[in-house]
Amino acid sequence: MVVTRMGDGSFITLSKDEVRRDIEEGVADAVKRGKIEPLGADEIDHLVDICCRPQKFVSVEKGKELILSYDSGSLKITRLGIPIGMPQIMQLYERAFAADSLELAYVHYSFKPIKSIVPEEQYAVAETSLVTTAPLLYGAMPNLPLYTKPDGPCDNAAELLPAGKIDQARQAQEEAVEYAIKDMVFVSSGMYEAGADGIDFDTTGAAGDAEFYATLKATEKLREKYPDMAIEIGMAGEFVLGFHGQLEYDGVRLAGLYPHKQVKLAEKAGASVFGAVVNTNSSRSFPWNLGRAITFCKACVEAADIPVHANVGMGVGAVPLVMTPPIDCVSRTSAAMAEVGKLDGL
Amino acid sequence: MALAHMHASGMGGIRTAGDLVARMQFSQKMRLNEAKEYVAGKLKVSVDDLVDEVVMNELRQELDISTVYAGMGEMARGIESKFRIAKLLDMEINSVQRFLRKTNWQQ
Repeated sequence: MVVTRMGDGSFITLSKDEVRRDIEEGVADAVKRGKIEPLGADEIDHLVDICCRPQKFVSVEKGKELILSYDSGSLKITRLGIPIGMPQIMQLYERAFAADSLELAYVHYSFKPIKSIVPEEQYAVAETSLVTTAPLLYGAMPNLPLYTKPDGPCDNAAELLPAGKIDQARQAQEEAVEYAIKDMVFVSSGMYEAGADGIDFDTTGAAGDAEFYATLKATEKLREKYPDMAIEIGMAGEFVLGFHGQLEYDGVRLAGLYPHKQVKLAEKAGASVFGAVVNTNSSRSFPWNLGRAITFCKACVEAADIPVHANVGMGVGAVPLVMTPPIDCVSRTSAAMAEVGKLDGL
Repeated sequence: MALAHMHASGMGGIRTAGDLVARMQFSQKMRLNEAKEYVAGKLKVSVDDLVDEVVMNELRQELDISTVYAGMGEMARGIESKFRIAKLLDMEINSVQRFLRKTNWQQ
């Protein structure tokens, strides 16, 4: 029998045949939703092997290593209640955690609040760039809802839609898009001028298609302004919610896009790296979630012309939806993403 | 969780050549294998050597491009090593360019 977990982190015991069945059902779910190719028999065998190994920790075969990037990496130390400065946190990541790249971030991890403290954040970026060697990104979330009343100037589409005010809801989102683009370009420019290698737009599309649109437009403007800037677009979920429903980018309707189509628009806008997301279903097993996540990510990698880094934190990429993700699942996901998904990074 | 991923699949950052391969992804949009081959070619080592802590620690010391150990103050670190990495990988690094502008230094 195989000891594994549910997507909520709880232990379950499955037979090897049940592990295979769950993986195959996860693959089938991704194929149906994304209209993508299934994994091959040998790839499913590989996932079964990864899930069924008795070791607590699983790693890749030597030579299959990939690049690690981070979202809100520096805040992970802050959230532990360890009161040290950002440059020192970045040094810890580089020298103690063997990070391939670094991401500096502010505790209010959204562009709108950062706009008012850009000079202070620039100090942190400039200082860090002097004492670290690895590529340094500055990360934040587009977070479109922060532009709605009472926190912002725009009407709240989430209140207008239930009232049947569809046109007003769309107009409110379009207005918020313009504010968000300005803030993303302003903050990102400031961090690049201070010495960062680039920017990470994290949890893009959390507020739906309008937020994805704003991020693509901001990326476009930044690419034109800074041809050599590193720009990572990391998504919030596997599926772009049609909160607006009519927005298009480069003639493609944004609502309903899955990772393998999202990445093509990120490329078109000028992104350097795309962060694919597949949501974890907490009511299904880890093998089911792993089969599903790998199928989506592999399709994204095959469609992409830029590096793809899968999001594999709590609640995404088959990692259970818990605050302390268990390393038996994290390590299996990590190995599967590298060996079967053929990701460029995580 | 960052440590779990590092142990399971990460290249190893400046312990090995992970930071160099990452640079080619972020700045040149190179896919993983292309980036590894590019860096290996510039370092004149095999792709397998890129994740070997022993080989890379010695090579990074020789090239003076920073390791996890600061040593006796002899090793280049931070911006010092990035000057060397920019030349080694034949690329521009934003913080190096800023340093040059701010010091009015001509390379």
